[in-house]
Amino acid sequence: MNIVVCVKYVPDATADRTFDPADRTVDRVNVPGVLSELDEHAIEAALQLAESGDAEVTALTVGPAGASDAIKKALQMGVDKGVHVTDDAIHGSDAPATSLVLAKALTKLDETSPVDLVLCGMASTDGGMSVVPAMLAERLGRPQVTFAGSLELSDDRGTLTIRRDGEAATETVEATLPAVVSVTDQANEPRYPSFKGIMAAKKKPVETWSLADLGVAASEVGLAVAWSTVESYAQRPPRQKGTVVTDDGDGGRQLVAFLAEQKFV
Amino acid sequence: MTSRRPLDPLDLLDISALLTDEERAIQQAVRQFLRDKAEPHLARWFEEAAFPSALVPAFGDLGLLGMHLTGYGCAGTNAVSYGLACLELEAADSALRSFVSVQGSLAMYALWRYGSPEQKERWLPAMAAGSAVGCFGLTEPDHGSDPAGMRTTARRNASGWVLNGTKLWITNGGIADVAVVWARTDDGISGFCVPRDTPGFTTRDLHGKLSLRASVTSELIFSDCQLPLDAQLPEAKGLRAPLSCLNEARFGIVWGALGAARTCFESALRYARERPQFGKPIGAFQLTQEKLVEMALELNKGLLLALHLGRLKDNDALRPEQVSFGKLNNVRAALAIARSARTILGANGISLEYPVLRHANNLESVLTYEGTSEIHTLVLGEALTGLSAYR
Repeated sequence: MNIVVCVKYVPDATADRTFDPADRTVDRVNVPGVLSELDEHAIEAALQLAESGDAEVTALTVGPAGASDAIKKALQMGVDKGVHVTDDAIHGSDAPATSLVLAKALTKLDETSPVDLVLCGMASTDGGMSVVPAMLAERLGRPQVTFAGSLELSDDRGTLTIRRDGEAATETVEATLPAVVSVTDQANEPRYPSFKGIMAAKKKPVETWSLADLGVAASEVGLAVAWSTVESYAQRPPRQKGTVVTDDGDGGRQLVAFLAEQKFV
Repeated sequence: MTSRRPLDPLDLLDISALLTDEERAIQQAVRQFLRDKAEPHLARWFEEAAFPSALVPAFGDLGLLGMHLTGYGCAGTNAVSYGLACLELEAADSALRSFVSVQGSLAMYALWRYGSPEQKERWLPAMAAGSAVGCFGLTEPDHGSDPAGMRTTARRNASGWVLNGTKLWITNGGIADVAVVWARTDDGISGFCVPRDTPGFTTRDLHGKLSLRASVTSELIFSDCQLPLDAQLPEAKGLRAPLSCLNEARFGIVWGALGAARTCFESALRYARERPQFGKPIGAFQLTQEKLVEMALELNKGLLLALHLGRLKDNDALRPEQVSFGKLNNVRAALAIARSARTILGANGISLEYPVLRHANNLESVLTYEGTSEIHTLVLGEALTGLSAYR
């Protein structure tokens, strides 16, 4: 079985994240980056499926040079090999363009060894759109199964059953493989890279591909053809001091009024 | 164009740039693991004097146990990585680092270096995985710095060895599945591998400690404890064997103590920037700044020293006297940093809500165990003069 996990290199949420003032894209160079935490759940799901049977897991990323760190972390966690698509022309790409590059890379991987399952995180921790898995499934013409809270393969490994916890109901969704699945942060607890994993990662193969390797024209991707762009941005104002409610008999009412105003109740 | 990196108050000298990617990744993995699994509970473990046994298998999964040993399921990292792991463990609590030191550098190292193939196969994989815990019995009630005077004896009889005596201040004693015990025989000091359930072997945990409260510290009691002939560690000849194990553990302390110091420094720095008095943060006062700078100087110098010793160890060029240098300097510096941090935090400094007095108290043990600061001073005195002041 062949599983590919799409992962993203994102600015570290614990650092001071910012935009590049020149073109108002997310600054991915001067802010320390990490493998998106949400993608770790997709990696964990892939590793668990691989451990329950014979499977090879590949981590695929599209991003600048530094994005190889995301691949490295995936390899340290136990993924078998990595593919890094990088090209200056990709800079500023939106979700449709990103899904195009990912789809072409997956098609190329599929040519050497058929890809049975594509796993993604539920969202990136920077863009937070959650749409790339659906776009990817559409481009590949494969079933899309999003927001999986649990994953189970059939014995013959021909179908996948997932649980999707919605606000109103919990759905059980079944899809035939090959399929594209996004995995939520409720699906599992990602493992820490073990020391053996860290040491073994150095010897695992990573391929680097350009747009030309995928047959994608530079004009199809990047900021210039993005369907949406950031017009302006501003620093979030510092947190305001909280309101202290003194209970003079109507504390409960004030509390309820506050919650209602904030639309919590 | 400048290649200078922005100044990081927590790494003023950019020492992390001296590490390899792999070393940084290992450090990061330990730090992240402890942040998630240990940090929220540290104060409670200390207050309740509870060792978090549930963490032990997770330590094993990560590769922390016997990490610098090779084979038998051990990770086989270099010495610098081991040092960095000790630093992160002790940045959480000295009790966690003590557990890992005793398991990996004392018990596992003794078996790995001096044990028979059967002893290694029986214990090392389980100890690396964290499914078995080890302890190391050298110190006795009346023999600490001078282990050569030990009273515990191992006598031959028809079925093997009979162990009699008492070991004290034994970390992990009460939770150990196997004890590596040093005893006097007719042929000098020998090591023995003693499984928990051996008749005549009991343990008693020590209570009322004001330091290393989250660590299990015990007395090992051997009363006509009958061991088979093959319980002896075949390759351990004389006192040099246990001392070589202590040297391994001491190397971890050279790094670990700085972890405790780093946490205290971070805590004091944050507090100094946020705590207003007389209308400004106390970090704006010259006296506080001097304290912070002194802490940063000692912390960074200590790290450079630890890294230097680590590189020597990885080149197989590290001498025991140099480890004494590191332990003496870094534990002393760490204790001074912890105490100074306590003064910056004022009354809050004595509370378990902040980590500083917990670390300061823990470091009192670290100053004494694995060779007291006095003995390390005399080791270095002898190295300088060629004259022994204590033998």
